Amino acid sequence: MSSTGKHSVQFFILGALLVLLFLVNIGLGSVLIPLKAIIQIILGDETVKEAWHYIILDYRLPKALAAIMTGSGLAVAGLMMQTLFKNPLAGPFVLGISSGASLGVAFLILGGSAFGFSALIIPNGWGSIISASLGSFTVLSIVLLVASRVRDAMALLIIGLMFGSLTSAVVSILAYFSPAEELQRYMFWSFGSLGDISWQALGILSTCYFIGIVLALAVTKSLNSLLLGDHYAQTLGVSLQKSRFIILIATSILAGSLTAFVGPIAFVGLAVPHLIRQWFTASNHWILMPACILGGAVLMLFCDTLAQMPFFQFTLPINAITSIIGAPIVIWLLIRKKKILF
Amino acid sequence: MSEDQNISLSSSQLSAGYTSGKENTIIVQNVNLRLKRGLFTTMVGINGSGKSTLLRTLAGLQKPISGGVLLQNSLLNTIGIEKKAKKLSVVLTGQYISKNLTVLELVALGRQPYTNWLGKLSREDKDQILNALSATELEDLKNTACHALSDGQFQRALIARALAQNTEVILLDEPTTHLDLHHKASIFSLLKTIAHEQQKTILCTSHDIELVLEMSDEMIVIHDRNAIQNTPKNLIDSGVFEHLFPDNIIGFSKETHRFFIR
Repeated sequence: MSSTGKHSVQFFILGALLVLLFLVNIGLGSVLIPLKAIIQIILGDETVKEAWHYIILDYRLPKALAAIMTGSGLAVAGLMMQTLFKNPLAGPFVLGISSGASLGVAFLILGGSAFGFSALIIPNGWGSIISASLGSFTVLSIVLLVASRVRDAMALLIIGLMFGSLTSAVVSILAYFSPAEELQRYMFWSFGSLGDISWQALGILSTCYFIGIVLALAVTKSLNSLLLGDHYAQTLGVSLQKSRFIILIATSILAGSLTAFVGPIAFVGLAVPHLIRQWFTASNHWILMPACILGGAVLMLFCDTLAQMPFFQFTLPINAITSIIGAPIVIWLLIRKKKILF
Repeated sequence: MSEDQNISLSSSQLSAGYTSGKENTIIVQNVNLRLKRGLFTTMVGINGSGKSTLLRTLAGLQKPISGGVLLQNSLLNTIGIEKKAKKLSVVLTGQYISKNLTVLELVALGRQPYTNWLGKLSREDKDQILNALSATELEDLKNTACHALSDGQFQRALIARALAQNTEVILLDEPTTHLDLHHKASIFSLLKTIAHEQQKTILCTSHDIELVLEMSDEMIVIHDRNAIQNTPKNLIDSGVFEHLFPDNIIGFSKETHRFFIR
């Protein structure tokens, strides 16, 4: 019976932070663009400097939108995983789902020469999305299958880690047979990058993102029942098979498509649901879900603002930044609470 | 009203157990039970006798190996999962329950079968939740998180959740484990009161045979893979308790209704 009203302050803060960081993220970079100009450009004012116009509309705006989708999408995927697996350590990265997506992309980029088919398929398009989603779906199905047999949280974690090393092993084999040029493309992809996303690619990404989010909202009620465990959920009228399948699909689409475009992003999916749960002190997914959408977007915009190194001529790999920020957060949570409850 | 209309849950020639691969392990067989509305029935048996297996099978959480379960005269496996949720609720042990939930949130989840896809609680839902909290005397603890509750309080919260689900049948799997005598007795008397006052059909498994002998309206004794249902008095007279435990270490006195070491 916890109503959204009780958490309106938190929601307001998150919303304000999102708007603020969005503007800061667009304004900062190698070139500083004043707030007034940003608003004029977004509103379609043509009188502003043409270079700024180009930077904002063709580079920073799509990048900021990609950051918002990445952060919120991964946070939602992480939230669903943690409830589904009844495991506070679950998340798209930890459970090897991102590794699965990497494997899919590796097959696409590197597999061309290894298996003799021409890699004519453009990596920044449906090709990589489908292969990444298939990769994450495969890994997630296997993990889910194993999870129904082993209930041990530790075992599940180790299985996720094993998938991580299994994927990197397969990737190294693929890399061994690949020409330098393809290898470099794969390496750059794996660093993660929110930039270089065309509006067309953003269109594809947002389609997948919205499908994933809508599916996540469709299972939100079931997720609340799943907080009581599988048996109770069943007696509350939840079809386990159906809910699991939808959660599986939603997570694969979100983690898969996002990973395909921006590379494997660590920690956001794991850390954001925990931060939200602690700050909101809520278990109701109708509160957690929108809060994770906002919170994930805020964290990712923040990380990206750091990554683009204001006033410098270069950009750091986003994956490194999320790890540098995310790892201490998780450690801090563990030390503070001693025990994380999902 | 014929007697049949008073029977909420029954089983015919039911065999319950586990299936692994193609092999069936039968734990209890040919079970014919009739659980009546308004009665507090308990199920007893030694460890591993199959109480929980039978209970889960009656709840439809586990497939029967053979035979069938009838819930209000329809076969359990033909009732849709959402419809079933309005007729039968459970209280189980050893579940992965998120202990971050407050008592109120936990109990409110019992209303899930009645709410729309947004899970919005109506006036009626809220009334049912408050009734469940007051029946289990949890009003003062409603905003406490489950991890801060004692075992007895948590057990009561789980019962409140089942009450909020407002079903005719409530099946409970050992709700009194780890509780002291006082809390055991208070849970049993709570269940009995609910069965009588709200005309519910309550079945509860237990290890506390001496205690439930005093408190149940009817009992089911599982012995040698068979289930015998009768009133406590008739069961005592039939002498089933004398040989309930193996190896003749423990005997039963019909006079005092107590077990003793031989």
